[in-house]
Amino acid sequence: MKHLEKSMSDLSGFDVLVVGGGNAGLAAALSAIEGGAKVLLLESAPEWFRAGNSRHTRDLRCMHDAPTRVMSGAYTEEDFYKDVLSVTQGKTNEHLARMTIRASTECTDWMGSYGVRFQKALGGTLQLGRTNAFFLGGGKAMMNAYYDAAERVGIRVVYNAEVIALNVKDGEFQSVTALIDGVSTEVGAKALVVSSGGFESNLEWLKEAWGPMADNFLIRGTAYNKGKVLRCLLDLGMESISDAKEGHMVAIDGRSPKFDGGIVTRLDCVSLGVVVNNKGERFYDEGEDFWPKRYAIWGRLVAEQPDQVGYSFIDSKAMGKFMPTLFKPYEANTIGDLAQQLKLPVDVVEATIQAYNAAVQPGTFNHEILDDCSTTGLKPAKSHWALKLDKPPYYAYPLKPGLTFTYLGLMVNDRAMVLRKGGERTKNIFAAGEIMAGNILGMGYAAGIGVTIGTVFGRIAGREAAMQALHPKGTSVVVQEVAIHAAR
Amino acid sequence: MLPAELLEEGQHLMAVCNSCRYCEGFCAVWQSMETRSIFEEKDLNYLANLCHNCSECYYSCQYSPPHEFAINPPKTFARLRAYTYELYAWPRPMATAFHKNGLKVTLLMVLILVAVMSSASFLLGGRLFMTVHDGNFYKIVPHMVMSVAFAVVGTFSALALLIGFLRFWRNVGESHSTLASPGAIATAAKDIFTLVNLDNGGDGCSYPKEKSSEALKWFHHATFYGFLSCFIATTLGAFYYFVLGQHGAPAFTSLPVIFGTIGGLGLIVGPIGLWIMMQRRNEEIVDKSQNGMDLSFIVLLVAISISGLLLLVLRQTAAMGSLLLIHLSFVMTLFLSMPYGRFVHGIYRSGALLKWSLERSRQKKVKAPA
Ligand SMILES: Cc1cc2nc3c(=O)[nH]c(=O)nc-3n(C[C@H](O)[C@H](O)[C@H](O)COP(=O)(O)OP(=O)(O)OC[C@H]3O[C@@H](n4cnc5c(N)ncnc54)[C@H](O)[C@@H]3O)c2cc1C
Ligand code: HEM
Ligand code: SF4
Ligand code: SF4
Repeated sequence: MKHLEKSMSDLSGFDVLVVGGGNAGLAAALSAIEGGAKVLLLESAPEWFRAGNSRHTRDLRCMHDAPTRVMSGAYTEEDFYKDVLSVTQGKTNEHLARMTIRASTECTDWMGSYGVRFQKALGGTLQLGRTNAFFLGGGKAMMNAYYDAAERVGIRVVYNAEVIALNVKDGEFQSVTALIDGVSTEVGAKALVVSSGGFESNLEWLKEAWGPMADNFLIRGTAYNKGKVLRCLLDLGMESISDAKEGHMVAIDGRSPKFDGGIVTRLDCVSLGVVVNNKGERFYDEGEDFWPKRYAIWGRLVAEQPDQVGYSFIDSKAMGKFMPTLFKPYEANTIGDLAQQLKLPVDVVEATIQAYNAAVQPGTFNHEILDDCSTTGLKPAKSHWALKLDKPPYYAYPLKPGLTFTYLGLMVNDRAMVLRKGGERTKNIFAAGEIMAGNILGMGYAAGIGVTIGTVFGRIAGREAAMQALHPKGTSVVVQEVAIHAAR
Repeated sequence: MLPAELLEEGQHLMAVCNSCRYCEGFCAVWQSMETRSIFEEKDLNYLANLCHNCSECYYSCQYSPPHEFAINPPKTFARLRAYTYELYAWPRPMATAFHKNGLKVTLLMVLILVAVMSSASFLLGGRLFMTVHDGNFYKIVPHMVMSVAFAVVGTFSALALLIGFLRFWRNVGESHSTLASPGAIATAAKDIFTLVNLDNGGDGCSYPKEKSSEALKWFHHATFYGFLSCFIATTLGAFYYFVLGQHGAPAFTSLPVIFGTIGGLGLIVGPIGLWIMMQRRNEEIVDKSQNGMDLSFIVLLVAISISGLLLLVLRQTAAMGSLLLIHLSFVMTLFLSMPYGRFVHGIYRSGALLKWSLERSRQKKVKAPA
């Protein structure tokens, strides 16, 4: 009880409350301090596990009209928007997307001013040096810099503080209930920023959305994004965006841990071989397009297979042509032995590979282009990089769906203000990051855009929340854009 | 052969890091790692010596403990380094003794040397406590005796270090012929003299604690250049004696004294700074079994400099004889222990930097396909 009283009195008097300490939350908290507010940040994870999925990131996508210190060439608004349109197949809010794209030009400098460091241009393992800026040391280094900055500027950070309920009256936020070190605590503030991620770590909710197959999903990032704040706000009558089954899901090594496996569980060999399900049958064109473009559909493809597993078979010719893997592949001198090791129906697998080998047409293999190595008369076809599996030893990697993050979120306007059902604005509730990424990503994904959305909306949310808290009657600086949005 | 458990630890580290690569901007280790897909003992031994123990990667790592992958690059590399120090040393048992009981072995050596020298001095006429008004310590230990003794010990030490270096060079998969690469040597020299791998893109390193700091680099520069300066002073001293025939005590304004003084000060400030940082460093990244070896090296360097500077100040007093004897014992101990103690880190790190500079001119990355 004493503890409770202490933490309650401790945590009163703040202007802005930020819930969730990932990239979006820290951007919001720092920007609220810039706006003169007193800021409290509640983070559900213990200190080491802070910064949710942001801890696992590597880069962010930024528009730039000329080379910068950290990115090569130019990546214009139109280039960027075209990429967004193509990955989302038009399921985006053009106004918010373009606003994010334009604001992304400032991101690296702003992050840099808080000590976030970037690799020099042209560095980077992937060929994304033009469109993306890479954090020196990755996302955890970035978040460490942010947290150091937060401490310097006087943001109060509380770990082990999970928000489980919200008190909102007539679209006006009053307080939250948080479990702080397990003790239920009421925390109020003048404005609220929610940046607590999607619901990817909430296995029950995933099951609700996907059915029993969700039991076989692996969660690539944090175990703490349970979507409790999102659920509360939706239940309180906020407008939702996107859909519970939308999100970023890729095929990763089936041996990965349930949570937090992160980047190292990726497998990049699909397009170099043949993928079968646990019946031993192929189910999709492995060579449809370049791997980075197809990376994000294979999670769903595998999810649709029995038991949500797949097996990528390659032969010795493919070894060394893709990024090294965390887990060693299964290995055997015949396809049959390999299938046996994997407990797959040996004769079906052998027949599948034989049929595939027989269908492979002569061509000139080149993994850098959409080459002319394809199959004929095979269903499904393999349209590029189709080489016979004929050089032992043979290798196989098991695949499972790996969920990165979910898109079902809160609808916001360009002030990052959460909207109620019917489009009416809330008074002092703002959202940033995964929890509202669905406004821009109705579906699909462009590498690095998660952090971009979090940074841009985090900054806006923090600034607007500070303004709302300190000058509740004042007008916002982005009136014009609000008008545009209202016309939507 | 690398103990199986250490080999496994090293290979696990590389499996995680090489499929992650987030640290590639920090230092040469990661860039060199990316050119490999298989990590055998020779690769681990090389990368471990290429690591400058700045710890930046540890704090940036989403897979360090308590994550179940539980990797700890600086600590694993430190453990591997200690193993290589023993592997390359000639004769090897000496290194084992130093690694296990660095401080005791060092003190024992100093004591034996003091005992031997003072009894020798007594036998030769007991001039040990005589005041020498012109400060010429060759009146205490005849120049011939000193030269011969140090020539023998110095040659032995240099030979042992050379053998160690060549063992390292072959062990990490290079041949003697690749040593003759002036361009690569020049690049490596630049990396060595600037300690560029402690920069991590400009902000220093996470040592002794997480917060970025350049202290390690600057204290090391003081140590390293202090050592070089003392080396130059000694060489000049010999030059003055043998070539210029100046047999008296060098003047306070002479080059040997100036270099010696600057070097001595560097070798006090630097190692003490490094020692203070060692006290503060994060225990999680430390291979504690090496503390004795580290400490004995630092104690020796500081003891040499303090006794050397005292000798300069008190060279016209009665204390000079005993000070000289102690100073010489320290120096002699350093020479004898160099091939077996922490000093070799400089040799193998330099070797690793040379290999890295050769690799840069040879290889291309194993890149992710488009
Ligand atoms: C392996 C992996 C790699 C990725 N790589 C990239 C990349 O390179 N570039 C990119 O742009 N995107 C990448 N992403 C996506 C990216 O991580 C996210 O889009 C982005 O980090 C989201 O930031 P956020 O702040 O909204 O959420 P998070 O960083 O997940 O932060 C949410 C925080 O809220 C806390 N929280 C949750 N619920 C509560 C609650 N009820 N109360 C209090 N706190 C709560 C969580 O503990 C967490 O710290 C990657 C994702 C993964 C999993
Ligand atoms: C020649 C190249 C050299 C390089 C690249 C180098 C590099 C380093 C680095 C990176 C460290 C810190 C990490 C660690 O704890 O191991 C270190 C520590 C140290 N170095 Fe060096 N060094 C070199 C030569 C020398 C020399 C010549 C001396 C002194 C004569 C010296 C004395 C020390 C001391 C005292 C420490 C700290 C204590 C310890 O770790 O033992 N170094 N060196
Ligand atoms: S130390 Fe950690 S973050 Fe760095 S490359 Fe290795 S696994 Fe990745
Ligand atoms: S030098 Fe620093 S960044 Fe590089 S491996 Fe060693 S501890 Fe890690």
